[in-house]
Amino acid sequence: MNDASAAIATRLPAVGYLYYRHRLPVRIMHWINVVALTLLFMSGLQIFNAHPALYWGKSSYTGRPALMEIGAVDRGDQGPVGYTRILGREWNTTGVLGLSRGPDGSLAARAFPAWITVPDSQWLSMARSWHFFFAWVFVINGLCYLAYSIASRHLTRDLAPSRGELATIGRSIADHLRFRHETGEAAKRYNVLQKLAYLVVIFVLLPLVVLMGLAMSPRMDALLTGWVDLFGGRQSARTIHFAVAWMLVAFVAIHVFQVIVTGLWNNLRSMITGRYRVPPEAAHE
Amino acid sequence: MSELENLPRRRFLMRVALSAGVLVMSGCQKLSESEWFPKVLALGERASAAAGTLIVGRKAMAQEFTAADLSPTFRSNGTALPDNPAYQALAAQGFADYRLEVGGKVASPRRFSLAELRALDARTQITRHDCVEGWSAIGKWKGAKLSAVLDAVRPDPGARYVVFHCADPMDEDGGSPYYESIDMDDAFHAQTILAYELNDKALPVANGAPIRLRVERQLGYKHAKYVMRIELVESFAGIAGGNGGYWEDQGYQWYAGI
Repeated sequence: MNDASAAIATRLPAVGYLYYRHRLPVRIMHWINVVALTLLFMSGLQIFNAHPALYWGKSSYTGRPALMEIGAVDRGDQGPVGYTRILGREWNTTGVLGLSRGPDGSLAARAFPAWITVPDSQWLSMARSWHFFFAWVFVINGLCYLAYSIASRHLTRDLAPSRGELATIGRSIADHLRFRHETGEAAKRYNVLQKLAYLVVIFVLLPLVVLMGLAMSPRMDALLTGWVDLFGGRQSARTIHFAVAWMLVAFVAIHVFQVIVTGLWNNLRSMITGRYRVPPEAAHE
Repeated sequence: MSELENLPRRRFLMRVALSAGVLVMSGCQKLSESEWFPKVLALGERASAAAGTLIVGRKAMAQEFTAADLSPTFRSNGTALPDNPAYQALAAQGFADYRLEVGGKVASPRRFSLAELRALDARTQITRHDCVEGWSAIGKWKGAKLSAVLDAVRPDPGARYVVFHCADPMDEDGGSPYYESIDMDDAFHAQTILAYELNDKALPVANGAPIRLRVERQLGYKHAKYVMRIELVESFAGIAGGNGGYWEDQGYQWYAGI
């Protein structure tokens, strides 16, 4: 079997058998998380639009320039221009960042475009309502997931990589790069890169984004004097919150890409009904 | 059965999913404009306020900073000069005729001149001002403790909120004066002051002269500038839009600790 036909065989697992891969609580919590994180991200961008600049330090006005800034200026002969400035370098981002068309079709100065924000019109108070409501949904769902994963041993059985697996990271990377995916018994388990990616998201990125969100709350800052300074101060926390949100977007992009290349419908079905069609053992040279 | 036979169905399902996505997104705007959905979202605000009190406590102190952290210039936001002839007349005289009126649900209503406010128990603090938009600035404030003002007028047991009525009109024809409100926990908090100095100088007009509220564990819009009258009330009903503040009447959260 050549590589191309092997790839097709994995994408269209015509044979094989259905295996109960994801249990109901995990499936429910996965989809709640999809909704909550999507709305948190989109309402978060709307909140960012109210002051589209990021800083490092305890305050925004320290005498040092912003790390990153998105805006619009009128360049006379050129007309209005949207720009993005990162660490002193500037790009013309008209149409997407700084200046973009709204739902009514007219060009307006706004950092992130209307199609990626919730709500779509410039509306800070409403975005905050969405954000803080779905923050609770996300946190409660996340705590339920953690409790379930520990109690059901999902964490130790399905997510924690063994020593032996860790030794195969190099081979796993090579397999991923060649779009070669597990078949047979191995396809029932997460592979080692997948496990590490999930663990980093669950135990590093998601707790960090919540913590940095709390660091922006003036009330929460009063919990322990100066705790926010451990992260560089409130404006640094805001910058980290923003950066981690985009790291999560990068994770989702890779996750969805992997879902597609390893069999979109098979994967989607397994996260909806729980049943995954195990690709038959391929001749792994 | 070949999986290939499923392709048209899958393409159809894919289109359904994409259209659903588009519908959800425009739906978010419609939901935002509906009567009922923002009320559901407001549950989040109530949970955050409860968690703030439960986890952080009523008396916990906001972080204080050092002179090295001061912002070179303290940003003036919102009104920089109230469009109000009576206020401008007071400002022209250096606020010599300014009187802070304190009344409502209190045993002995009183008027305080600036000199009388300066004679009250004062506090100096270097704190961070966090705007709801996302920026922060650090300034050094000196002012009369609000608790000292309230002790002087003796609040009724039924008083639940302290309302600050300000000199700056928020609409173009001079109406809708700015106002804000806080609860009694924040009113008696050690860091809640009526500031008359910013960075060791008399409070500039751009930052709320002669008096602005500092309520350090909340966002900037709670820190009412140009305070002319303080009223203790049992509820916000009957005051402007009835939500406890100018921005609250525009849909902003009354609890601004997050």
